[in-house]
Amino acid sequence: MSDIGAGPSVEAARSAMPPEGPPERRWFDAYGRMLLIRHFENEMQRLFLKGEVHGTTHLAAGQEAVPVGVCMALEAGDYLAGTYRGHGHALAKGTDPAALAAEMLGRANGVCGGRAGSMNVIDLEHGLVGCYGIVGGSLAAATGAALSAKRQGRVAVALFGDGATNQAYFHECLNFAAVHELPAVFVCENNFYGEFTPMQKVTAGRDIVARATAYGIESALVDGNDLWAVEDAAREAVGRARHENAPTLLECQTYRHYGHSKSDPATYRPKEEVERWLARDPLTLARERLLALGAPEADVEAVERSARETMDRAVEDALAGPYPDPATDRATEFSA
Amino acid sequence: MIEFRVAIRDALAEEIERDPAVVFFGEDVAAAGGVFKATPGLHERFGDERVFDTPISELALAGAAYGAAVTGLRPVIEIMFGDFMALPMDSLVNQAAKFWYISNEQGTVPLVVRSAVGGGGRFGAIHSQMHGTWFQGIPGLKIAAPSTPAEAKGLLKGAIRDDNPVLFLEHKRLYSVKGPEPEEEVIPLGRARVAREGDDLTIVAISKGVPDALAAADELAADGVEAEVIDLRTLRPLDVETVLASVAKTNRLLAVEEGPRTGGWAAGVLGAVAEQALHDLDDAWIVATDETPIPYSPTLEDAFMPTPGAIVAGVRERLGSPAA
Repeated sequence: MSDIGAGPSVEAARSAMPPEGPPERRWFDAYGRMLLIRHFENEMQRLFLKGEVHGTTHLAAGQEAVPVGVCMALEAGDYLAGTYRGHGHALAKGTDPAALAAEMLGRANGVCGGRAGSMNVIDLEHGLVGCYGIVGGSLAAATGAALSAKRQGRVAVALFGDGATNQAYFHECLNFAAVHELPAVFVCENNFYGEFTPMQKVTAGRDIVARATAYGIESALVDGNDLWAVEDAAREAVGRARHENAPTLLECQTYRHYGHSKSDPATYRPKEEVERWLARDPLTLARERLLALGAPEADVEAVERSARETMDRAVEDALAGPYPDPATDRATEFSA
Repeated sequence: MIEFRVAIRDALAEEIERDPAVVFFGEDVAAAGGVFKATPGLHERFGDERVFDTPISELALAGAAYGAAVTGLRPVIEIMFGDFMALPMDSLVNQAAKFWYISNEQGTVPLVVRSAVGGGGRFGAIHSQMHGTWFQGIPGLKIAAPSTPAEAKGLLKGAIRDDNPVLFLEHKRLYSVKGPEPEEEVIPLGRARVAREGDDLTIVAISKGVPDALAAADELAADGVEAEVIDLRTLRPLDVETVLASVAKTNRLLAVEEGPRTGGWAAGVLGAVAEQALHDLDDAWIVATDETPIPYSPTLEDAFMPTPGAIVAGVRERLGSPAA
């Protein structure tokens, strides 16, 4: 069992970096996407407190490197199934930030017309088959998508939390994907808390990653706050899926900056633990890495400006959208 | 003449042949041909990619069907006994049924879940239930239950071609029934059928309840009571119009349900008719099962089931002495 916060060190991650050469454009884009997710989550928190976002939200600030690193390894047609902490999953897969923000606000210009809300986003155009409000649902959806993907030369990825690894879905789907040789990648975002309960209290055995052994599939323990480490592990897993029809389990250790949901101040987490993780903010790590690799500071700042502007525009566009009008809503129970 | 289980197999074979997107999987459906021998030969004919056995993993099975259906396949799965449907409800109820609506109609979920259902086979309380009513209150989910071999073939083909998730209930006591070849190749879901015409009383039923109601109607005819028998075919969507048209003629409505009265579909039919055509009704009632689990012992199970005898007795009691 891992101690919380004892994941791979920054130094270890740095030592794994390529020796030289300025980073390719895609690393700047990925950093920008991570920043966009952070801004998005902070904006949703602000708009929630203003009463513009309704019901509840589950923010993923602090966990940005996992979906962004995973999606760097995917092609546009590949499938992703996310969780109720899924704003970052959608943004990483390519969902338009304005359409996603509008969905949070319950507006007609939302990616699901305001019908889905924060926990249930679907964006088929970008391969997001769904985000799942019930823990573990993403594993099953991705397993099914992998049945299609196998024919289509595509890959299906499930993102899920540490809590999901104690659901039947986890065990049934890893077994199912292994015996049917499906091109699936199962990515656990281990943020060490299932809602308010520390993972160690409710999870038997050793690390989550060790559970892959039982199903005879490949696995890797990944520093989920290190974009480069996630991309590297995801690239290998996606390649194994696409070319060998072999599933992989990745355990990406990370940490959420906010509580479980909007009403949770997360007082159950020790102060030192929180501070240790805040010191390993994936955005700070990514920025330092870009600069260390020789990226001009001006280029990094340009990415940062652009992410801020994109988010500001997205909120503006979302707020400008109308609420769906029940009088003109033409919902049908069934597709004809 | 065609046997019910052969009609099921033929429908599957024809749809797998017709549409490359159709796949069929479940527990023991491929190599073994299904525990009720409904699907032998399909695996040999269509191969691993189209027909395959799965682990005993109902959550993964239904979840995989849903995930496959939203990404281009048209899966048909078998959840062996309807009772097992308690396990995969999340994927079906929370994901598949809601996808079309909450996605803002971005995509459809063409999947079919076949299950063997119903009592009378001495299978006990947890291999005999009719799960249709568990799911009847879920918008976005269709529920079909055929009553004859011809209906089985046409409705299953209709279910596979339907773009919505469909639960398909096959009554265990019908698998060995033989009946006429189908006249209608594909029966679209949501249309009830008049199985027998009559002017004195409308009996509404579904699945094995239909042949039971027809047997009862023959017996009642000897009393001089001509019953019209409506085969609902689907519980959702529910074809109330066909029932209303019949009740306008007969003014009496009996719904026969294999299952408890509380929370059952029969009460829904009576409610809909009362709401829309109270003026047509002289009488309306339900023959259902006791509010207990389904018993095992033959004497208890036989007494539990809404048999033709129970239907006839119910009608005679309600209408008074035989008219004849």
